[in-house]
Amino acid sequence: MSLPSLQVRNLAVARGDRNVVEALDFSVAAGEILHIRGRNGAGKTSLLEVLCGLRQPAAGSLEGQPDAEHRHWLGHKNALNPTLSPDENLRFWCALGGHADVDVGPALLRVGLKAQRHRPCGSLSTGQRRRAALARLLALPRPWWFLDEPLAGLDHAGIELLAELLDAHGRSGGAALVTSHQPLPAAVAGVRSLELRA
Amino acid sequence: MWTWFHQLASPPTFYRFADVLAPWLFGFAVLLIGVGVYGGLFLAPADYQQGDAFRIIYIHVPAAALSLSIYTLMAVAGGIALIWRMKLAEVAVVSAAPVGASFTALALITGMLWGKPTWGAYWVWDARLTSELVLLFLYAGIIGLNQAYSDPRAGARACAWLALVGLINVPIVHFSVTWWNSLHQGASILSVEGIRNPKISGDMLWPLLVSLGGFYLFFGAVWLRRMQNEVLWRERNARWAQAMVVA
Amino acid sequence: MSAAAAVFRRELLLAARRPAEWAQPLVFYAIVALLFPLGIEAHDPALKVFAPAVVWVGALLAALLGVERIFRGDLDDGTLEQLLLADAPAPLLVAAKLAAHWLITALPLVVAAPVLGIALGLEPLAVKVLTLSLLLGTPTLMFTGGFAAALTVGAQRAGILLPILVLPLMTPAVIFGGGAVRAAAAGLPFDAPLYFLGALTALTVTLLPFAAAGALRNAIE
Repeated sequence: MSLPSLQVRNLAVARGDRNVVEALDFSVAAGEILHIRGRNGAGKTSLLEVLCGLRQPAAGSLEGQPDAEHRHWLGHKNALNPTLSPDENLRFWCALGGHADVDVGPALLRVGLKAQRHRPCGSLSTGQRRRAALARLLALPRPWWFLDEPLAGLDHAGIELLAELLDAHGRSGGAALVTSHQPLPAAVAGVRSLELRA
Repeated sequence: MWTWFHQLASPPTFYRFADVLAPWLFGFAVLLIGVGVYGGLFLAPADYQQGDAFRIIYIHVPAAALSLSIYTLMAVAGGIALIWRMKLAEVAVVSAAPVGASFTALALITGMLWGKPTWGAYWVWDARLTSELVLLFLYAGIIGLNQAYSDPRAGARACAWLALVGLINVPIVHFSVTWWNSLHQGASILSVEGIRNPKISGDMLWPLLVSLGGFYLFFGAVWLRRMQNEVLWRERNARWAQAMVVA
Repeated sequence: MSAAAAVFRRELLLAARRPAEWAQPLVFYAIVALLFPLGIEAHDPALKVFAPAVVWVGALLAALLGVERIFRGDLDDGTLEQLLLADAPAPLLVAAKLAAHWLITALPLVVAAPVLGIALGLEPLAVKVLTLSLLLGTPTLMFTGGFAAALTVGAQRAGILLPILVLPLMTPAVIFGGGAVRAAAAGLPFDAPLYFLGALTALTVTLLPFAAAGALRNAIE
């Protein structure tokens, strides 16, 4: 899988009326994990939203932005309807991506939600919901991952799980852009780091 | 032309430009409205049917004309704001709405005052009055929507969408109200037709046109001033934020 | 299209889990229609005259009850971001969602309308035209309501703004809907206002999903 790299030139990102990020240059290639660091309010989430295509840049250019079929977005929010079970939520996202026939069982098993598979998401714990959201990345394999604070809410075992998933993703030629104010687990290979200064 | 337009769209340039233009517009507006109203109240002859009551048209007609023109201008500015994401157009949308609502209210109030002596009631369900009332509600929606947002840019763009959809709706509302009104025809409406198509004489017409021009200039002046305020408010925020980033 | 079908099925599944969503507007509708006759004298013939307006305005208010929540839950749990990032065009997904909501909350009101019409003393033909006018007019209401919900979902102080945005836009629908019933009751031809209602519905159902999708994008930015 040869992936065009994502190239960012002279990028500015605005939140409300002011620019939180200015004159940013970098690129991300296949097999790379980019860790976007910075304090609260440095613009990590806004930047990731621009890179993923959720919002427009205030200035600058983006090249090689992946299209919808090739990217996964995992925001602060898990995109799980509380009334539906992890199984139903996951099958909905697969159907929305054009793969209604995907078996979501293995993905839920991998994130450790075998017993909770058919319970309403509203009754799960924060960490379990985060795991269910991670299962979305596995159910539909896509080369680009945009993960906003994926460590939030995960316990120690959950963080290890995420590290394994990221490592395997990078080794198989995928790319990931991860915002996190804490360091990524050392088990993840090929991590580059981008510090946002506010 | 295009570069000039772009330069004007930058907030500081606009601010200085408006600062120069607004007093002139305001001065001419006062002059024209003064001449128009004087001509209408003292020089124009009394109407052979309505007597002096018709003289309210020198306020009523310009206000009603502006209420529709402002809505149209607002929707055009909204389209520009959404397509080119131009900040100044967003400012134009939210600055125009309260002015438009005021003129709509003025048109309604003067219409009601005029209705009492001519129709015998302050309110009749005439097609124009009813659509004007709906227009007032559309303005109220835009003002409320803008105030509901904490982020001024998001609020202005939401208002722009509403103004665009409302613009398509205004003629449909007017048409439907006219159709609805035609079902009632023949009941009480004695002089509405005569008022709708008045044989207006030149002596009555020129003060109306002068007053109309004055009202448009007055709106231009008020709009520019409101836009200046809005721009200043937003830019003050930005500078303050930048100062915080540097510190 | 499969993405739109997925959105449509998800809404139906959620409605099946939460029957209050469609049952409560129906009860509200019946109560509003009941209160009107109580406000005037018993056996007043004016009731028949007001019946079309009562049934129409009651349906408007009942259908608006749930509209505010159409996108609220999706914004709160992050579904909205994913929908706007999906491969499928956002206006299509919005249209699927609103169509499902029409089926869940508005169609029961249309089905209940004949009962209310008969209870308010309308003739059989007028009842038929009333039901038909609601069937043609409620999609306009649902799509306009959906657009207004998209405008207000990102607002922090929306309050009761939504009905204020929607109801003025509903003027033509009420006029043509009520007009058709009155024409039928008076023995006049009633097809013209019904055609206008159909035209309104065609216009709103095709154009408003684009505006709603734009407003939703604005809401999450």
